Amino acid sequence: MASFTVESNPDRLAVGFARILRRLDIATPLDSVLTFINALSLVGIEDRNSVYWAGRTTLVRRPEDIAMYDKAFNVFWEHRESVVADDDEQLKVTLALDTEDEGSADGNADASDEPTITLRFSGVETLRDKDFAEYSNDEMNQAQQFMQSLRMAGPPRPSLRMKPTRSRGKRPDMRATVRASLAASGEPMRRHWVEKGDKPRRIVFLLDISGSMEPYARALVRFVHAGVAGRQRVEAFTLGTRLTRITRELSSKDPDRALRAAGENVRDWSGGTRLGETLRLFNNEWGVRGMARGAIVVVLSDGWDRGDPIVLAEQMERLHRVSFRMVWVNPLKVTPGYAPLARGMAAALPYVDDFVEGHSLDALEQLTKVINHA
Amino acid sequence: MSYEPKTTQEVADGLAAHGYLADEGLVTAVFLALTLHRPLFLEGEAGVGKTELAKSIARWQNAELIRLQCYEGIDAAQAVYDWDYSRQLLHLRAAEASGEAAQSGTAELEGQLYDERFLLKRALLRAIDYGHTTPPVLLIDEIDRADDEFEAYLLEVLSDFQVTVPEIGTFRTDNPPIVILTSNRTRDVHDALKRRCLYHWVEHPSFDREVEIVRMRVPEASEVLARQVAGAVEALRAINLYKPPGVAETIDWAAALGRLGITEIDETVLDRTLGTVLKYREDHSRVRDHGIAGVVQQAFDRGLLHG
Repeated sequence: MASFTVESNPDRLAVGFARILRRLDIATPLDSVLTFINALSLVGIEDRNSVYWAGRTTLVRRPEDIAMYDKAFNVFWEHRESVVADDDEQLKVTLALDTEDEGSADGNADASDEPTITLRFSGVETLRDKDFAEYSNDEMNQAQQFMQSLRMAGPPRPSLRMKPTRSRGKRPDMRATVRASLAASGEPMRRHWVEKGDKPRRIVFLLDISGSMEPYARALVRFVHAGVAGRQRVEAFTLGTRLTRITRELSSKDPDRALRAAGENVRDWSGGTRLGETLRLFNNEWGVRGMARGAIVVVLSDGWDRGDPIVLAEQMERLHRVSFRMVWVNPLKVTPGYAPLARGMAAALPYVDDFVEGHSLDALEQLTKVINHA
Repeated sequence: MSYEPKTTQEVADGLAAHGYLADEGLVTAVFLALTLHRPLFLEGEAGVGKTELAKSIARWQNAELIRLQCYEGIDAAQAVYDWDYSRQLLHLRAAEASGEAAQSGTAELEGQLYDERFLLKRALLRAIDYGHTTPPVLLIDEIDRADDEFEAYLLEVLSDFQVTVPEIGTFRTDNPPIVILTSNRTRDVHDALKRRCLYHWVEHPSFDREVEIVRMRVPEASEVLARQVAGAVEALRAINLYKPPGVAETIDWAAALGRLGITEIDETVLDRTLGTVLKYREDHSRVRDHGIAGVVQQAFDRGLLHG
């Protein structure tokens, strides 16, 4: 809960509203607020719709934030009217919003700055083939160090961006050739060339966080964080009863902060699974539109799905068609006598290029190799 | 200076007069973009009319539309400026042949070579170094297809409306273009760029608006047909399709039906012309599984001209 004091003055009104939005985690930088004030001076503050749209075009930048904005605006507008009624009196309004989190942004100071890696390494050595499900919290922290040392490069793909080359390429670099010919009074004696550059392929992690994955999810989310924080063009989502994008949250280099932020954002930890449905959402909203195109898609899941396996198969097929490579990481694969009996897993397997384990540090190292040599 | 509308109604009327029916939110966004002189960033599903809006604004303002279609790997040479190399080389050869090269030093020759007359102005520079009194409409289309490096460059250009060509100097304008950026959201565009802009998420139009749009864009379609087409599209959007039809498809479909001389949608018609609305095989089979009759029924109900 938070209380705000707002006046009928448009400037203060705008600032007050911006504060409400910030409380709701809608990034509202000062320059946007200034634009909002300018906008209000143009459309006026009498008409609800005008104020609503003035705010939406200047303060909201992501469609995900629209629902929150609407909610905040309703509350804001209601109490604004009472402000206008008795003009110069300041009104104190208490705002109770139905988000349960009271984000303790700087709760505990970071306890990172670990000692040297060499000291830790022997500890990690003993952990290397231990199953994540049997980890203690201490062991998890040690394992994190190791995960961060895993470098995910992934095979490059040709970029359309040109770079200079020494060898005789296919395309002449006219700019450099003209420059060089100046020295030879106009004779293009030395020709320069360009060729296509390389660009890392995008990696997309889809992490299953349903109840059955719980023992592994807390380790795997650290692995995913190492991937997202380690290089550019890595995306991460959680799959549960809903689809949540956690790329922004995980991109903080500080693992504690990143994991806390991701934890606050994801609302369906250890719930049920609707793998097919959430994959469909991913395909529609992100994947097929462009994010998964030419990318290495890594699904981390045990394949238990309460939904219809036909839906899962259909969505896997779609994803397989646009992606460069499909990797499925199943921590249960190592179980002796394991066969992909989970209906979901069986339905998905035909569309998987690499089916790997993911239950231990060794297995994750293996996975990194698979990604790098995909 | 570009023309500044006084009210949002003026924007709505101006756009409507040039074939674009915008809802209140979009009208406000355009109004603010024109009066605050900020770029307008439009995001939304493919086919909701983002690009069309820029074209309509240009027609309404009687301004030239300068379009920059983004694609992966686009760089300054394609978006801002490049040198006309073949003419530069010719110039050098000519200078040498006439013996001028021997007399004048390299520095002078270089000065001649990197002159504005050998400069090829691409979309961004053209929009900034624009001679006329009416500034152009600069459409930066599908920015999400360009890569991050280009985005950073664009941010610089859009902040100051100036471009520096090292060999010549800085081009700037007091009369900045009207800038519209569009994105289909295949990836997140960087926040810094969005922050420079006003933002609007473009939705599919409501049923009534879509009927109006069809009537406006396909005048030969009767009101009943327009209502049926909009109704059928509404029904199709409610089915879980990979690619729900956009406004562009609605217009295409109505035009196709008009061309075929069809005045009412029935099951055969829908089945035969589904390809103008839906472009995925899976979506076709989904509609057939879902039942063509249901879609036709809804189209028929919507087609009734009740008060």
